[in-house]
Parts: sequence; C-alpha cells; structure tokens
Amino acid sequence: MIRAMTGGGLRLETNKERSTAAPLRAASVPAEVILPLDQHAGTAARPLVKVGDAVLLGQPIAEPTSDISAWVHSPVSGSVIAVEPRPVAYHAASSPCIVIRNDFADRRDNANTAVDYASMSPAQLSDHIARGGIVGLGGATFPTASKLSQAVAQPDLHLLLNGAECEPWISCDDMLMRERAADIVFGAHVLMHALGTVSCTIAVEDDVPQAIASLRAAAAQVQPHIRIATLPDVYPAGGERQLILAVTDREVPAGRLPSDIGILCQNVGTAAAVARWIRDGEPLITRIVTITGSGVREPANLETRLGTPIASLIADCGGYTTDDRRLIMGGSMMGLAFSDDRLPIVKGSNCVIVPSPSDLHPRSAEMPCIRCGNCSEVCPAWLLPQQLHWQAQAHDVAALESFGLMDCIECGCCDYVCPSQIPLTQRFREAKVPVQAELLARSEAHLSRQRYEARGERLVRIENEQRARLEQKRREITGRKSPP
Amino acid sequence: MTAAPHTVAPANTVGRVMRQVLYALLPAICLHIIFFGPGLVIQILLGVTAAVAAESLALRLRGQPVQKFLMDGSAAITAVLIALCLPPLAPWWLIVSGTAFAILVAKHLYGGLGSNPFNPAMVGYAVLLVSFPAQLTRWLPPDISGLQTVAFSLPETLHTIFTGSLPTSLQWDAVTSPTPLNALRTGVAMGQTLQEATAQPIFGMLGGRGWDWINVALLAGGVWLLSQRLIRWHTPVAMLAGLTIPAAIMSAVDPGSYPGPMFHLTAGASMLGAFFIATDPVTSATSDRGKLIYGAGIGVITYVIRSWGGYPDGIAFAVLLMNLSAPLIDRFTVPRIYGHSR
Amino acid sequence: MFAAFALTFALVSLLAVALLWPRESPASNESRLIDRINDLLPQTQCRRCTFEGCKPYATAIARGEAGINQCPPGGERTMIELAELLKREAIAVDPKFGVMPAQPAVAWIDEAVCIGCTKCIQACPVDAIIGGSKFMHTVITDDCTGCELCIPPCPVDCIEMRPKAAMTGAVT
Repeated sequence: MIRAMTGGGLRLETNKERSTAAPLRAASVPAEVILPLDQHAGTAARPLVKVGDAVLLGQPIAEPTSDISAWVHSPVSGSVIAVEPRPVAYHAASSPCIVIRNDFADRRDNANTAVDYASMSPAQLSDHIARGGIVGLGGATFPTASKLSQAVAQPDLHLLLNGAECEPWISCDDMLMRERAADIVFGAHVLMHALGTVSCTIAVEDDVPQAIASLRAAAAQVQPHIRIATLPDVYPAGGERQLILAVTDREVPAGRLPSDIGILCQNVGTAAAVARWIRDGEPLITRIVTITGSGVREPANLETRLGTPIASLIADCGGYTTDDRRLIMGGSMMGLAFSDDRLPIVKGSNCVIVPSPSDLHPRSAEMPCIRCGNCSEVCPAWLLPQQLHWQAQAHDVAALESFGLMDCIECGCCDYVCPSQIPLTQRFREAKVPVQAELLARSEAHLSRQRYEARGERLVRIENEQRARLEQKRREITGRKSPP
Repeated sequence: MTAAPHTVAPANTVGRVMRQVLYALLPAICLHIIFFGPGLVIQILLGVTAAVAAESLALRLRGQPVQKFLMDGSAAITAVLIALCLPPLAPWWLIVSGTAFAILVAKHLYGGLGSNPFNPAMVGYAVLLVSFPAQLTRWLPPDISGLQTVAFSLPETLHTIFTGSLPTSLQWDAVTSPTPLNALRTGVAMGQTLQEATAQPIFGMLGGRGWDWINVALLAGGVWLLSQRLIRWHTPVAMLAGLTIPAAIMSAVDPGSYPGPMFHLTAGASMLGAFFIATDPVTSATSDRGKLIYGAGIGVITYVIRSWGGYPDGIAFAVLLMNLSAPLIDRFTVPRIYGHSR
Repeated sequence: MFAAFALTFALVSLLAVALLWPRESPASNESRLIDRINDLLPQTQCRRCTFEGCKPYATAIARGEAGINQCPPGGERTMIELAELLKREAIAVDPKFGVMPAQPAVAWIDEAVCIGCTKCIQACPVDAIIGGSKFMHTVITDDCTGCELCIPPCPVDCIEMRPKAAMTGAVT
C-alpha cells in the first residue's frame, strides 16, 4: 500500500478505474450557467455584459484586467440574468459571477473562427490564445498566454505536457488522452509554435496504457516529433516541479520558474483546449469533469459546459446513492471539501468526488509526533515535516523559513503516512501566512533600501555636477580677469 | 468540513507501530524462555503492570487523556525492553522500580510521548545497573545440556522473584553463571588468553550459547520490522558496523585478547540495541545521514565500553550518550530541499 | 587502554569540531558588520533614531556610538535581533525616539490643497512622492515607508498619515 520512492512520494490506491469504465460523453446542458469572474489565477475579469443583455455561444462576456487574468466566454446562448456574487467551490468566500439563462438555441458567436497558426508570429499567437480564455486546466488555472509570455524570452525552450494525473480518483486527463489524443498533439504543435521551439515531451504515468497507446499513435502521424515519456505512478508525480525532475532530471531552483531552466509545463487538457480554439474557433467553454465515488450511481467523465451546476452532473450520472452530501472538488489528497451541489463547474474543476464512508480513511485521534520520520521519507520537496511541525507549534518564523516551509507544495503525503494522525498539511498552510508576511516585509525593506541608496547616489552626483559647474565658471572668470 | 488530504493510510496509528514492535520481539522472547526459564514472563507481566500504573498516574497528574495515551502501547514496549535486559530471576522490585523510573522520570517529566530526549527503557535499565549491580549479574546459564545445575520451574521462579531468595538451601553462587560478555572480560582480566577464556562450556561456535540464538531471533524480528517499513535500515546497519569494524580491527591486531566481530554481534544486547532500542524514533536522529552517524556512534561506544569500560555490555550507556548527541547531529544533517543548492 | 582512549578521543573531537564549526563566518571587519546590522533594520529611513537613515544608524551601532533601542519601526523584534547579533543585553525600545501607530501608515497628500512646492519630494528618503514644481504631488503608496519626513516641510499642511491597509485595500 504505502510504497515510497527515493525522491519522496507515495503509491496510492488510485480508484481511477471507477470512472473510466464508461466512455466520455457530453453532460446535459443546464437551464442556467454561473460563470465566476475569478475562476482563473490572477486578477478577476471585468464584465462586458449587463443584466438583460443577449449573449451568443462563445461570446466574450468578461475581459482580463491585468497581465495575469483571463477572458471569460459564454458557454450557452441566452440572456444575462444576474451579475452578482455567488458561492463557489474553490474558496470559502463568494465570487462575482455572471449568470446566464440558456435559450437552448446554441446560437454561435460568428466572430470566433479558426486561424492558421503557422502564419502567425509567436507574439500574435500568444495574444490569440489569450483571447480564447485559455487557462491551465490541471487545476492551477494560470492563464496560458501569461505563462507563454513569461517564457518566450528564453532560448531553447522545451515544452513539457503534463499528462501525469497522479491524484487518486481523477481520470479526466486519462479519458482525454484516450479519446482526443489528436487534439492534444495539435495543441502541442500550436504551443510549440508560440514558443518558437520544436522539442516537446508528453509525460504520462505508466498505469494508463490506453492513453499512452493513443498518444503514441497520434504523435506518430505528424512532425515535429513529440516524445511520450512514461513515469511510475507515484503521487505527486504530476506536481510541476516533481514532473520536471522526473522527466528532465533537473530541479527548478527555489523561487524561480520552470522557464528559467528552459522548460514550459502545460497540462494536456490545456493543449487540447488550445487546439479547439485555434483549429475550431471554440473558446474555452467546456471541460471534461470526472464525477466519481461510491456516492454516485454511475461514475463517468462528462464533457461539461462551464458554469453547469454540479447537481446537474450528478443527475447525469444516475444521482446520489446516499443522502450524505459531502463532496470533494479535486482529488482526495488536495481537493477542497464542500457540500452545496448547486455550485458551478469552473475552468479548474477537474473532478468531483461523492465519497461514501468506505471510500476514504478519515483521520483518527491526533497523537503527539513520535518523530518516526515517515513524513520526511515521502516528502516530494525533501523537507523535514516533523521539524516544521515543531517549529510551527513554536511559531518560529525564522526556523520555518530556513527549513523550507515555503517550498511545501501541500500535497498531503506527510499527513497520509503520519502514524500520529497529525493534520500536518493544514498546519503548514496556516504557518505559511506569517512566513509569507515576513518575506513580504523583507522584500519591501529591500526595495526601500534600494530606493534610499539610489537617492543618496543621485544627490551626491547632482552635488558633484554643481560643484564642477561652479569650478568651471570660476575658472572662466579668473581666466578672463588675468590675461596672460 | 475537513481540510485536504481527505484520506490517510488505513490502520496506521502509533498503537499499531508499537504493537508491530512487540510482535517482532516475540521470537526472541520465546527463545529466552526456552533457554532461561519462565522468569521473563513474570518480569514482563510485572514490568507492563508497573508501566501501565506509572503511565496512568503520570497522565492523570499531567491532566492528559489517560485512555487515549495508555492504548498507544509505548509504555508496554518500555517495560518489555527493560525486562529483556534483566536476569530472569531478578527480584520483583527491580523491574517495577526500573520501569516506574523510566516512565515517570525519563518519559513524563520531559513531556511524555514524543518529547523525551532519552530512551526511557535505557534510562530505567541504566539506573538499575548503577544502583543494583549485584542483582543484575545473577544470570542463569542457558538451559542447554550440561550447563544448568538446577532447573527453575514456575513455582521456584515465582518464589525467587517475589522473596528475593532462592528456594530451599540453594546458594546464588551455585546457581548463577556469568554471561558470556562477563565471563570473557573476567577471564581476560585474570590474564587468560581469549582462547582459554572461551574454552568454558557457556561459549559456543559464534559466541555465548543461547545468547547467539536469541540474537539471531532479534535479528529476524528486526528484519521483519524493516520489511514492514516500521524502521529504516540506517540506524541498525550503522550501529552494527560501528560495533563490528573496531572489533575486526582489534581482533586482527591482538587475537589473543579481543574477540572477533561475530562474537560481538551475537553477544549481549547487540541485536536488541540495533533493531529495537537505537531505532526508537523519538530519541534518535532524524535524517538518513543523521541516523547513520547516530547508529555508528552507538556501535563504537558500545565496543569501547565492552572492551575497556567498567561494564560487560555498553548498549545502554552508548544509546544514552548518543541520545544526547541526536539534536546536534540533526542540526548538522538537515537534508537538501528540492530546488535549493544547499 | 590506549585504543580506548584513542577511539573515545576521536569520537569526542569529531563531535566537538561539528559543534564548534563556524556556521557563518563572524563579521571580521566593520563594513561587513554594518551590512549585517543594516539587514536587520526595517529600512524605513525615517531618522527617528536621530541618524540620517538606516545605514548611518547601522554604522553608529557598529562603532558603539548608538544603542540598539533607537528604532521604533523595527520595534522590539528588531531590537532583539540586534541584541542577538551583537551579543548585547536586550533593552526596551526608548519611547523618546517616537511611537509607531498601531496600524502601518503611509503618507497621503490632499491634492486639492497641494501648491506644488516640491519640498516634500526633496524630503522623501525613498523617492516615493512624484510631481513637478507648481504641479500637484502624489505619494506612491506601495513605496511609502511611513517615515513622516515629508510632513514638517509642507508649507500648507496638506500631508497626513493614513492606515496603509485602507490605502491599498481601496485599489483591489
């Protein structure tokens, strides 16, 4: 059951076969869609529509507000019935949302057309990808174009497509790779063009043979060549930094981006979304969502319009088997628990688990740490969670920082193996707040110091220049007064 | 709602860890009973009772939930480890006071489970060793043909343990026999060569008869713990290396006075120390490199005490000395973090 | 006997070397010490310590010309860090060097009143005020350290301190 590797990580019961038995199919389209404006990383989008406006399928309804922000498109045609805060599943607070009533006509926005990406410059292509509202679909929802533009200055970039769906229960990428490998390969070529590179690897865990076979078949038909790399199915192999180490044998230095070592990582789902936008002119208005767990009658993967309430997907899967309304958005290791099934599917929703009590092993009573070291053995960031735990209890910010708290990726491996049942990850999440504040204060102090020193230098320079000018003038005057 | 992760490894608790350690000790306990009589059973029962009483008292005084901590089994392990170190006929108050001291002073005065800097079992044993040296040398010879002059059955064992005196007209001198480590040290001190000293019938092919098999059983238990991933290989391997390498060097230099590695590995508490005592996670070093240093230190100090120190075996003091060094070792063996150069 | 001595001695000296191994090289010369003191200071450049800025204060501490209790923005924490670095006795921050507001504050210019005299711009130690002569001035909230040095020179008293949270919170 528990089987750790030298680099940390765990072999977990994946439970993926529960949702991969049924083929990928379209979810039913709801009468009303709810589209949060902050469903991507970065700043919230600004609405372009108001209540009462008619919208078309694929029409942009909100625009980005900064370099890290994203377009939002309407996944249905119909009319805007509300622009207001609504509860969402990805954080505790409400988010500003646009709510659209579906007229079920699916009238398309004809402004969205396919483009010939090969004739575009990388910068144009990146801009165009941004207009598709495309964000990282692995869960982090970082705007894809922003990531491209951060990396594009780097020479010799390598595109790494992340198909290592390491979290238990989730199988949406597996199904996508099985059934839409051509989309992924097409998207990979678009992204390669946008980055000006010809080297690309798709990394997949070795427990998805069908996905590997269809990716190989799709990749074999086109140039430039795409390498398919298989990894052992160890959680969290799909963590960006862990994946890069596994595939390229290089570490991303702390505090830096993968692009700093010439690697750009994108989820396979993102590549497929890019393909739909470039080749078919369809912006990011659907995604594949895994609905699974013993609490739902027929687990499946559904291609879902964004904004669809989760209850509608559960109904598509035959409904609940229990009255227990405990839901998890994401996998069992890193997902967020919630209970309201009226919340909408967003760009980052890869999976909804409806667990029955037998699906999960909840924590038992917490005991003191016995320093067994299981946690440091499995930590994929090579931290010493037991030491961090002591330091977090002592609120020792300096020690927490020097023992690498900020390098914790919150994967939950340490919790999983802790015989003392300590909720380490949650403790670390809480402890990060003061450490983050300390780091911010320090970087602000550093900037103030730079400005102070720059000002000092400038004042000295101005004074020197004035003195030099005075000297010059004096020399001129004395030169005139006393002729040779 | 709970925070992620929403699932943890099933049936993975401190109590399970401690139970597995007890299972791993079972073969050695059985062999100990075969060779040295039923005394160990009584000692374990006395020790566990004392440990449970001391643990509940301490928990109650500290205002901790008694039930929850009593079930973790760590007090029982402490008692069993001390019992394994004592002569099976030792008087009852020895194990009771040693265990009580271990639990009350070495464990709870330092903050209880997880907070004690010293291995409680070794503190308890060391206190008994320095306080009551005479009682701790009263070992029986193993019950192997021709070694035992008097056989101790259960009633006689009970009588001896609870009254502190031997049944009928027996004298201690007639019944007891030095442990192999002790016999060797006395012999060499009296000017005998190693060969002369080990000519006694209590010595066998590898080391002391009986003891060699107990050590093999402990090794088997330790290997099982390794296979169950309850302990890491670093500490035991480093400790055994720290014991055997000096032994190999010294016996090569002066084979007349220093026994070889095989003797050391199968004598005294070598395997118990390597797999069950040095591996106590609470009191040992944290990182893999730290465990290597920590284990090697225990091995070397054990060898030094056995060869030149005042006691026949040195595991307890070696473990306590290295417990003392563990925080220092931890400080210097912090592993590299992903993405950091150092 | 010799072997026993040699083995224990080797072990003990190994641990001693580990214990005494210098983790960071001590500040061997003054300028390095000044830099290390300066690293601990909050870099508000507010001159409450009576020196011309954080670096001059650090220099004075290094030379023994100033106490470690003269920095109100750093507060008790900075004082303790300085005491640890310099192996000096901890001592409460002297209130005569000023008292900090409970909430971090930044300067705010009432632009309706500002006459564009540039006096505050010249006073700002971190170039956090922008504006030209005869033109209205503005504080860059993100860069303001809350030193209050811009307040005395203002001829029309149009600068006031406002809680930083309120000023930055309004943007997002």
